[in-house]
Amino acid sequence: MSAPPAAAAPPAASAQDPQPPPAAKRPALRAWATRAPLMPALVFLIVVTQLPFAATLVTSLFDWNSLHPDDRHFTGFDNYSTVLADAEVRESVVTTAVLTAVVVLVSIVIGLLLALLLDRSFKGRGIVRTMLIAPFLIVPVAAALLWKHVLYNPEYGLFNGLLNWLAGLVGIDDPVQPEWVTDMPLLAVQMSLIWQWTPFMMLILLAGLQSRPLDLIEAARLDGAGNWQIFRYLTLPHLRRYLELGALLGSIYIVQNFDAVFTITKGGLGTANLPYTIYETFYNAHEYGEASATGVLVVIGSIVIATFALRVVSSLFSEEVSRS
Amino acid sequence: MRSQSRKPARAFVAVAVAGSLLAACSGAGGGSSDDKSINVLMVNNPQMADLQKLTAKHFTKKTGIKVNFTVLPENEVRDKISQDFSNQAGQYDVATISNYEAPIYAKNDWLHALDPYIEKDKKFEAKDILTPMQVSLSGEDGKTYGTPFYGESSFLMYRKDIFAEQGLKMPAKPTWQEVADLAAEVEGAQKGMAGICLRGLPGWGELIAPLTSVVNTMGGTWFDENWEAKLDSPEFTKATKFYVDLVREHGEAGAAQSGYAECLNNMTQGKAAMWYDATAGAGSLEETKSPVKGKIGYVPAPVDKTKSSGWLYTWAWAMQKASGNADSAWKFISWASGKEYEELVGKEIGWANVPAGKRASTYENPEYQKAAKSFYKVTHDAIDQADPRNPGVQKRPAPGIQFVGIPEFTDLGTKVSQEISAAIAGRQSVESALEKSQKLAEKVGEEYQ
Repeated sequence: MSAPPAAAAPPAASAQDPQPPPAAKRPALRAWATRAPLMPALVFLIVVTQLPFAATLVTSLFDWNSLHPDDRHFTGFDNYSTVLADAEVRESVVTTAVLTAVVVLVSIVIGLLLALLLDRSFKGRGIVRTMLIAPFLIVPVAAALLWKHVLYNPEYGLFNGLLNWLAGLVGIDDPVQPEWVTDMPLLAVQMSLIWQWTPFMMLILLAGLQSRPLDLIEAARLDGAGNWQIFRYLTLPHLRRYLELGALLGSIYIVQNFDAVFTITKGGLGTANLPYTIYETFYNAHEYGEASATGVLVVIGSIVIATFALRVVSSLFSEEVSRS
Repeated sequence: MRSQSRKPARAFVAVAVAGSLLAACSGAGGGSSDDKSINVLMVNNPQMADLQKLTAKHFTKKTGIKVNFTVLPENEVRDKISQDFSNQAGQYDVATISNYEAPIYAKNDWLHALDPYIEKDKKFEAKDILTPMQVSLSGEDGKTYGTPFYGESSFLMYRKDIFAEQGLKMPAKPTWQEVADLAAEVEGAQKGMAGICLRGLPGWGELIAPLTSVVNTMGGTWFDENWEAKLDSPEFTKATKFYVDLVREHGEAGAAQSGYAECLNNMTQGKAAMWYDATAGAGSLEETKSPVKGKIGYVPAPVDKTKSSGWLYTWAWAMQKASGNADSAWKFISWASGKEYEELVGKEIGWANVPAGKRASTYENPEYQKAAKSFYKVTHDAIDQADPRNPGVQKRPAPGIQFVGIPEFTDLGTKVSQEISAAIAGRQSVESALEKSQKLAEKVGEEYQ
């Protein structure tokens, strides 16, 4: 996380240099003594996160197809140019962006509405909250299977069954039976993901709502502010940070989503996102070099976008503060 | 790190421990050099699960050879095998490969030729193995690189009861045109019943398999013998159009997401009157719990210009060239793909679960005939008539019926299947799907010219 550029350095309180301690060794020793317990964790972290990434970087510089083992050689940045020139990869970048943006935004909106409802006290609130959180706790691939077979299936899916039943009530004999995934593939994937991620957003926003300073709201009410005004001028600014957090975490996770695309559409009908494309390059094409290069590009892209997004929101936030 | 106290030393120990842990993880299952245990890597299909159950009690008891199994899903298995075998690491002595990989791996010099063992091993009875199976598991040099564990072809399954009700007759050897006409007739015989179920799910092992068998019999091919891509040829286009139109007009709902599993489901639920797919499907349709048990008829794969059009697929045992326990590995292979093992499964688990489709003797066994009475003969004929070296009307540059036996095909087939699946979904025309596919295929063909 990058901090916003400091507006001004704090004025130096004193220009006096602290006296060097008599024994320079001792603080160093003590510093190491405090650091030492952290070392195993640090080493472990480096081993399990940075080494694989370094290996991926190296792999991405090789022309390496697992079925042509004798043909493995160093190619420099050839894989990168191949990947960048690949129309399929470009399409999957767009797919990933659209998928992520739609899922995050819709989840946040629905999550906010649910959080606002759950913020009130009513009978059975605990049960309702638990039920609303449930989708988030389901294993992603199981959720995707559920959507594909139990809900979307045009023959025995719940959606078409529901349409049938409703039509029966009205007396229509042969109701419309859409083929959900075929007719709207990307939307089908998005809906299943929205269902999974709404509870996550709801939880974050609920935490935000419950940390509101109630005395302020009380004061606003006394000053004659209506519900909408309280929401617009008090609640929403207060929730801003939580909304940012939800959007950021959600984006990071949904960019990497693989299960829904793999299960519901097998990447067909223009739903292949970047993780799925990497999977295909690796497992179907056996192109380890190209797959690694795509992976590296995705990581770089994610870092750039995340940093940029954070900058933007935090600068907006500081503007907001300075204006008020 | 300057060592100034016991703390850094402790950190150093932690690093060492972490390092050794990692080493232990990576070294798990390293090549076993004693001749009394072998490592086997296999795909997680039900027949393999049965094998795993029976090994210790029978094979190890008899021979004293311990077998360590690693079981993975298909994609992961392919990947792990190619990693281990390409480095000739010798971690696994035996692995399951399909007839798609066998010639490719043999060419890469990863596999142990099995001929010397087969000649010496009287109990193995090589003559009993069905010829197309044996052919599809041999390399360009004519040597045998795998022994089949079970095999399949494809045929047409249809609802006898529905056809009788509707007064329709299924020819003994249908043509694709007849099948299309029947599909139009029988559609809607029951509420929500599709005329035919055909795969439309993207994947080189899903949509491409039945489609390519239709292409073959209608006179098309992926590549001609000079590696010229032929996906936009009139024959290939005609076959693809036929397939796409048939499934769009009389096929199952949601065809673009229907693979083998979905069609099996549709057929079992009475949502389809016909199904053209793998012979393995019959076993599931005739299960004791199946609601359509006994109601299904089986006829050979529909044809157009060729005499037969069934495909050929097998999971087979192959030995890594670098294996240090070749003799023990062969003993296992011979046992697992032998006649005795089939009988063992029949007795211990059930005759319907026998890994069939590889030996002529299986189909002469009265017990098996009873368990598979409605489909054993059609299956046997389908496998017998499959010719992986000459599946169409023209010479082929590489072996394979429902695939092209080159490493690039998994990727090419999958990408093409995405395009054709989009055509089935009505998102683009067959012509534009094939136009894009042709470009992809040309790129692959150029590497071989």
